[in-house]
Order: sequence, then C-alpha cells, then structure tokens
Amino acid sequence: MRATPRLVAIAICLIVLAIVPPVATAMGEPYYLRLFERIMIFAIAAISLDLILGYGGMVSFGHAAYLGIGGYAVAIFSYYGVGSGWVHFPVTIVGSALIALFIGAISLRTSGMYFIMITLAFTQMLYFLGVSLEEYGGDDGINTDRSGFAKLIDLYDPWTLYYFTFGWLLLCLLISWRLVNSRFGMVIRGAFSNETRMQAIGFPTYRYKLAAFAIAGAMCGVAGALLANITEFVTPEYMHWFRSGEIMVMVLLGGMGTLFGPLLGAAVFLLLEEVLKEVTQHWQIIFGPLFVILVLFARRGLWGLIPDREDRDG
Amino acid sequence: MSFLLIVEQTLNGIQFGVFLFLISAGLTLVFGIMNMVNLTHGSLYMMGAYYAFALTNLTGSFYLAILLMIPAALVTGIVLELVALRTLYSRDHLDQVLATFGLILFFNELVRLVWGPENKRFDIPQSLSGHVEIIPGIPYPEYRVAIIAVGLLVAVFLYFLIARTRIGMLVRAGASNRMMVGALGVNIRLLYTVIFGIGAALAGLAGGMAGPILSVGTGMGEGMLILAFVVIVIGGIGSIRGALVASVLVGIVETVGRSTVPILLQGFLSRDVANTAGPALASMLIYVVMAAVLFFRPQGLFPARTG
Repeated sequence: MRATPRLVAIAICLIVLAIVPPVATAMGEPYYLRLFERIMIFAIAAISLDLILGYGGMVSFGHAAYLGIGGYAVAIFSYYGVGSGWVHFPVTIVGSALIALFIGAISLRTSGMYFIMITLAFTQMLYFLGVSLEEYGGDDGINTDRSGFAKLIDLYDPWTLYYFTFGWLLLCLLISWRLVNSRFGMVIRGAFSNETRMQAIGFPTYRYKLAAFAIAGAMCGVAGALLANITEFVTPEYMHWFRSGEIMVMVLLGGMGTLFGPLLGAAVFLLLEEVLKEVTQHWQIIFGPLFVILVLFARRGLWGLIPDREDRDG
Repeated sequence: MSFLLIVEQTLNGIQFGVFLFLISAGLTLVFGIMNMVNLTHGSLYMMGAYYAFALTNLTGSFYLAILLMIPAALVTGIVLELVALRTLYSRDHLDQVLATFGLILFFNELVRLVWGPENKRFDIPQSLSGHVEIIPGIPYPEYRVAIIAVGLLVAVFLYFLIARTRIGMLVRAGASNRMMVGALGVNIRLLYTVIFGIGAALAGLAGGMAGPILSVGTGMGEGMLILAFVVIVIGGIGSIRGALVASVLVGIVETVGRSTVPILLQGFLSRDVANTAGPALASMLIYVVMAAVLFFRPQGLFPARTG
C-alpha cells in the first residue's frame, strides 16, 4: 500500500486523537479532553449518518433522534438505580435499532423531500415526547451518573473516559469500513445509484435499506449514550432538529460517501466553532456564510480536497 | 368542556392556520417551482418581525410600519436570492439544506448584532385592540380577526396571480418545464427572482403581524419554518391550494390539541402532570397527523400536477 496523501491524513488524524490525553495533561488544559471527546462522539454520529446518507442516498433529517434515545437510555436507567454500562449500552443499541426500524419502515415508503420531512417529523415527535416527560426532567433535562462497568472500566477517570470514547470511534470506523465494502454495502450503494435496476436483478432493496437505516440508528444511539456519559446531563435538546442539521453539515463538510470524511467534518466543525468563539462573540455571522462558500466551491467536502492518486475518478 | 370554548379555540386555530398560510405560500412556491429547499424562509419571517418593530418605533404607527415593512422584506428576499441562493437552484437538496442552514446562523447573529439579544415587544395598535362578536355571544379579539382577513386576502390575491395573470401563467409553465419556457424567450431567472421576492414579502408580512402577539426574538423563525414545512408536505409540495387547506388543518390541530389534550389527560393523570405534559403531547399531534398523511398519501393531500 503506497502512502497516498489520504492515508497520511488518516494516520495523522488517528495519532492526534490517540495522544490528546497526555498532551492535554502536560499542557494543564483538561478542557481539550472534553473538546476532543465531543469531536469523537459527533464523529460517530456523523459516520452513522453517512452510512445511510452518503452511501445509501437516504437523506435523514432526524438523525439526532438516536442521540436522544442513547442519552435517555443512560439517564432513565441511572434514575432507577441501574448504573451498569453492561445494561446501558446494549439497551441503547437494541432500542435505537428497533426505533430506527419502526421509523425507517414508514419513512422508506416515501422518497426525496417527503423522506426528509417524515424523518424530521418522527424526530420532532420524540423531541416533544422528551419535553413532556416531566418525571425525567421534561424541558429542563435530567442529571445522570456515568455508566459503570464494575471495576473493569472507571468512566470517572478522565483518561479512561477518553479512551473509552476513542475505542467506540475505532469500532464504528471498523464496522462502517467492513459494511461498506461487504456485499450488503454494495447493494446499498447500488440501490442509491439505480434502485430500479437493483430490483430488476432481484434484490429486495427496501429490506436492505431498512437494515442499513437500523444499523445507522444503533450506531448513533451509542454516540448519544457516550454524550450522556461525558456531560452527565440529558435534555430533549439532544433531539432538537438543529442538532440533526449540524450532524448533516458535518457529513457534508467532511465529504459524504467517504469513510473518514465524517470524522474530519466533525473535527473541523467543532474546532472552527471553538476558534471563532474565541475571536468574536458573534461567531455565527462568520460560521454561517462559510457553509455557503463550502457548498459553492468545495462540492466534494474537505476529504475531496485531499488528493488521492489511487482514486482519480472517485 | 363548554361549547363556547371549542368555538373560540377553533377560531384561534383558523387564525393560526391563516397565519401559517402566509409563511407556507412562499415556501411552497419556491419549493414547487425552483425545486429549492429554502431553510432561510423562517429567517425572512424573523426579519419581517424586526423590521416591523424598528419601523413602529421610528414612525410611531403600526400600520405605516407594516406598509413600509413589506417592501423592505421584498428587497431583503431579492438581495438574498441574487447574492446566494440563485446558484443553488441547480444543486441537489442536500447542498441547498447545508447552505441555507448556514444562512440561518448568519441571520440570527445579524439581528443579535443590530438589535441585541433580548426579546422585543411592541403593542397591538389601539384601533385593533378591542373585541368583536363575529358569532353572537363570543367576543373575539379584533386583531386576530384582522389577521384572518389579511390571510384570506392574500389567498385570493395569490389565486388571481397564479391563475389569471400573465406572470402566473409563466410561473405555471416554468414549473412544468423550465427549459422549454426559457427556450421560448422568457427570462426565467428574473421570474424566479420575482417569485422569491413575493414569497419573502409574504413571510415578512406574517412576521410583522406576529410581532405584537408573539415575542420577537432570534430563533422565532425556526419553529415557524418547521411548521411551514409540515404544512407544505401535508398539502403537497408546490400547491397553493394544498398549502391553504393544510395550514388551517395544522392550525386547528395545534390550537385545539393544546387546549384539549391537557384536559383529556387529567382523566388519568394528576392535574400538574397533565398541565405540563399536555402541551408537549399536543405538539406531537401535528407530526402524528403528518406521518399519517404521508403514510396514506405519500405525495400529500393535493399533489401539484407538475412533478
């Protein structure tokens, strides 16, 4: 394997993420740990969205729903005294997958703009459901404990929490990579480029797309459970449609239909936000128009700007 | 629950629906004709409210402010179209969502910069602050009656514009085949700019009229934007008639749901819980309606004849 600029970029990204804790501790800036944890969590969310958006052409405008499901899975179980991560994470994965299965089963009957809107509608329902759950804080949100893994993993230790998140990120990248290059992934990509033809050669594309939708939901649910763990606080805002929009922006910013694009997108999005916040209180007045410029001039996302000799026509 | 309350809530629902119609009409036109997902539509609504606020303070008259605000919103829309949005028409929906999402951030920050972060208030004009009895025995605020009247006037105006004028004919032709209309010598880009401007003016008008009854602040556009999208999807994208019917439907479901769901919940929940959970569950109701409509009619209630 030759060292193309893209491989170098991947290596640099992962090495940087791996050495954040010692560097941040040496600098005496524990805040960076939190920042990079957020980046990795949103990267997981963006990677999961990219599975259906970039590879499958399913423009879900309600992906933040699963962040909320993961978050509330942790918060509600902790509320009833079940603090074990061995419960939180399986419940998150299975719960998110089942809800995604339900939402997808209905949404995938529609296409185009109607699909965008119906996925948004379901997320809005969950959002308002969260607001109405007075028992679990309603609008104000609810504090939660971190998931416990007996003596094995102590998430109250900052480094452990960081590498726990990092581990999930690597796992999600691996799953995504294996999935995209499997027969299953080929069918999904085939259905994106020509669904009629895929059906004609005998693939039940609806079932394949639904399965991808559920997998993406489960993966994003994990991101939600991790977010609840680092912030120790869950609110319906996890599921706000603006969040869904932000995750979508991260995917597009990094480059949709690529494995590492969403990671890059999430990192640039959140780092840029931090930097601009330092520069001016009115950072959004710069941040917003940047998206427009990005859309107009860098159509393949940031990942598309990194040259790759192997892949000239990609 | 009394009969009078139901009638009053239904009237409120119609008022809210008509109000939603003002916003969704422009959105559905831009969407149906230019095939453009315009998330900035909510920001144009917000700009309308801020213009009305600023002009009311400047001129001292609400009516004058509304009159001056309409051209201001029109110009804002046209400038926005010329500078940023017109190049996006040929792009796919995702690019449009991304770019206009960025513009929402820009507009929110712009008003925060110009008018400050705190919410603004201005009052209903003296001459419309009374009540009238449209239905004997039920006093109803004049201002809300005025909103219904303006909304219906706009509906009639749009009907004539689309169905009876030359510009309307071109709009319909452009929606069915824009290449062909362009080839016949019509300046299609100018036409698009005009349509966008009209949509912006209507959204601004809605914002201006909302000013005195809802609070004026950043982010006021986003909630409305989502509701307007719900409306145009239920009504069928590109259909003005669908937008009108769906607006009133959504308005009534939202308003009546808000007042009846908490009362229904009290049947099996404690009063406090019902009063806090009720409004949120009522907000869910619209999305349930939308999902149901799309389940049975994936193209909305009144699919526009053109694709």
